[in-house]
Amino acid sequence: MSRPRKIALVGNPNAGKSALFNALTGARQKIANYPGVTVERKSGRMVLPSGEPVEMTDLPGSYSLDPTSPDEEVTSKVIRGEFVGEAAPDALIVVLDASNLEQHLVFAQEIIALGKPTAIALNMVDLAERDGLVLDPIALEQALGVKVVPTVAVRRRGLTELGEAIAAAELRHPGPGLTQLSMTERRVAAHAMADAAILSESKRHRLHARLDRTLLHPWLGPLILFALLFVVFQAVFAWATPFADALEGGVGLLTDAVNDLVPAGLFRDLLTDGVLAGVGAVVVFLPQIVILFFFILVMEASGYMARAAFLMDRMMAGVGLSGRSFIPLLSSFACAIPGIMATRSITDPRDRLTTILIAPLMTCSARLPVYAVIIAAFIPQRTVGPGIGLQGLVLFCLYVAGIIGAMVVALILRRSVTKGAASGFIMELPKYQLPAPKDLLIGLWQRAWIFLRRAGTIIFMVTVILWLLLNFPRAAEGQNQVDASIAGKIANGLAVVVEPIGFDRDMALALIPAMAAREVAVSALATTYAVAAPVDNEDAQAMALGDQLKARWTLPMALAFLAWFVFAPQCMSTIAVTRRETNGWKWPAFMLAYLFGLAYVFAGATYWIAVAAGL
Amino acid sequence: MTLDLLPAGQSARIVAVDWNVLVDEEARRLRALGIDNGARVKVSHRGVFGGADPIALAVGRMTVAVRRAHAAAMEVEIL
Repeated sequence: MSRPRKIALVGNPNAGKSALFNALTGARQKIANYPGVTVERKSGRMVLPSGEPVEMTDLPGSYSLDPTSPDEEVTSKVIRGEFVGEAAPDALIVVLDASNLEQHLVFAQEIIALGKPTAIALNMVDLAERDGLVLDPIALEQALGVKVVPTVAVRRRGLTELGEAIAAAELRHPGPGLTQLSMTERRVAAHAMADAAILSESKRHRLHARLDRTLLHPWLGPLILFALLFVVFQAVFAWATPFADALEGGVGLLTDAVNDLVPAGLFRDLLTDGVLAGVGAVVVFLPQIVILFFFILVMEASGYMARAAFLMDRMMAGVGLSGRSFIPLLSSFACAIPGIMATRSITDPRDRLTTILIAPLMTCSARLPVYAVIIAAFIPQRTVGPGIGLQGLVLFCLYVAGIIGAMVVALILRRSVTKGAASGFIMELPKYQLPAPKDLLIGLWQRAWIFLRRAGTIIFMVTVILWLLLNFPRAAEGQNQVDASIAGKIANGLAVVVEPIGFDRDMALALIPAMAAREVAVSALATTYAVAAPVDNEDAQAMALGDQLKARWTLPMALAFLAWFVFAPQCMSTIAVTRRETNGWKWPAFMLAYLFGLAYVFAGATYWIAVAAGL
Repeated sequence: MTLDLLPAGQSARIVAVDWNVLVDEEARRLRALGIDNGARVKVSHRGVFGGADPIALAVGRMTVAVRRAHAAAMEVEIL
């Protein structure tokens, strides 16, 4: 049987393409990368009304086929069938924002002129009606010469008709389409078509203009943004606790079950000390990661993220970047990998490189498990003001330390290795929208699944390998198992290097597997202390990781460990993505060197200052 | 007068653009967003913390953020 036919969604950014894609394909989507680049490739299956299954892809939003950024280049090449390793789509759906036809029809004409089977989704007609616009799809259809279907993705309006339109477009003899016009001519034509299609327009006070007056206010706007970010980081800690406790309880029950069912021995130790202690210690942070992504997705879907970029542009310009870098950097708070991938929308190459190099300084969700476990163990749970917990405040300070570090580094980089003319800032501020719960759920599910898959693969493997290294060779009578093991010997070597910054052997040991992913540091500590606990001492074995840490570390050690993780580039995936994005080993090597340097200096400084302060 | 000096809320038409002072990609992106000769524009927001950067322009039914340097390259006539 031949492969299913391919249909691609194209359109300007903010046309509601992703929501339409979610509505057409449901939650079963495949997210991968286009070969050779880190531009995200989203595809899913859709069944046409005729019963024929087709493969639907969601191409990156573009303003024109003449690309001005790496992601627009992907769209342009895929549509033209010039992308190596990616078959050209058999048919196209052009997605238009019904309330911004003058703009979106410019690109639509360029697509139709290619002469491929094309249908138009006149999307978000409900929002256009909210703005007082009454549209005539038939007039638009006559002007463009292709089928136009009004759609409301979130209410599933027009989806069947769209499926029929695609099938019909392919039956039609591929005509010459529209004649090739220049951009200026297309713009004039777009205005005429929009005027003809708009039946009536009432001068209603637009909601987004009113919102912008407050949210983009020169003084109030930034204050609201900072307050919002503060609430986000407090929420990550406060809201997640009951869920994390429940997950922790679940891991405890599983451990008990294994202890009951599996006979005592090395295999049981592997399951409890290795797999459950290690992977379990990481999985309990799923709620915090989901909450952080929830806020980022809401900011993106509501249109507020672009306003945040606007508000941050001035500050970013101060260190030689632009507001455009704010979005990749904010995404990096969840994970540096999508953050680095999001830099593809930055036009200026030096700007983009600088943003990639500082992205790992944003506190990603993989650091949360490390921070959370140390903060919970060493920072007392009390309030320092109305609604402000000390633990949340410390967490906030760690985030701020990363941000300040990133800004200073950007400033230095822009005056040295990425020197060049200051870059500009051109960005559409989309209309405000209420995020659709279904789209949020799909987004959250995708992020949560990526995290769980990491826990199930990388973290699982690293934990098991560490457990093996910790348990062999077996300790002689009266000897500590960790001291006797291979891992212990490796850590002894590394401990010499990190001793000056206050780290002990166990901390050095945790740093090695944490190169795979930062959160492994937590599972590594959990595994190490589970192995180290004397077998005959049931109490020590049952001690939670937090209690173990409290018993074994001093406060300056804990603070130094936190400072280390603000800067240390302990994530192989980030290094790999940087290599791919910068086409070589030069920049990832540079990134590794400068981040380890910063981590060493700041962890050391934290330790000795804390010791001097008598903490 | 140039667009960067246009008072907020005042509608104007772009009558000339000095494309030479703009980076090629930025010039193309501005044109793709409809900021071009003949376009009707309005400054809807300007600056943060009392500064003059960036500028939010109303172009057609869109709002587009640009820098003052871009606006300074555009000659406008008040409508």
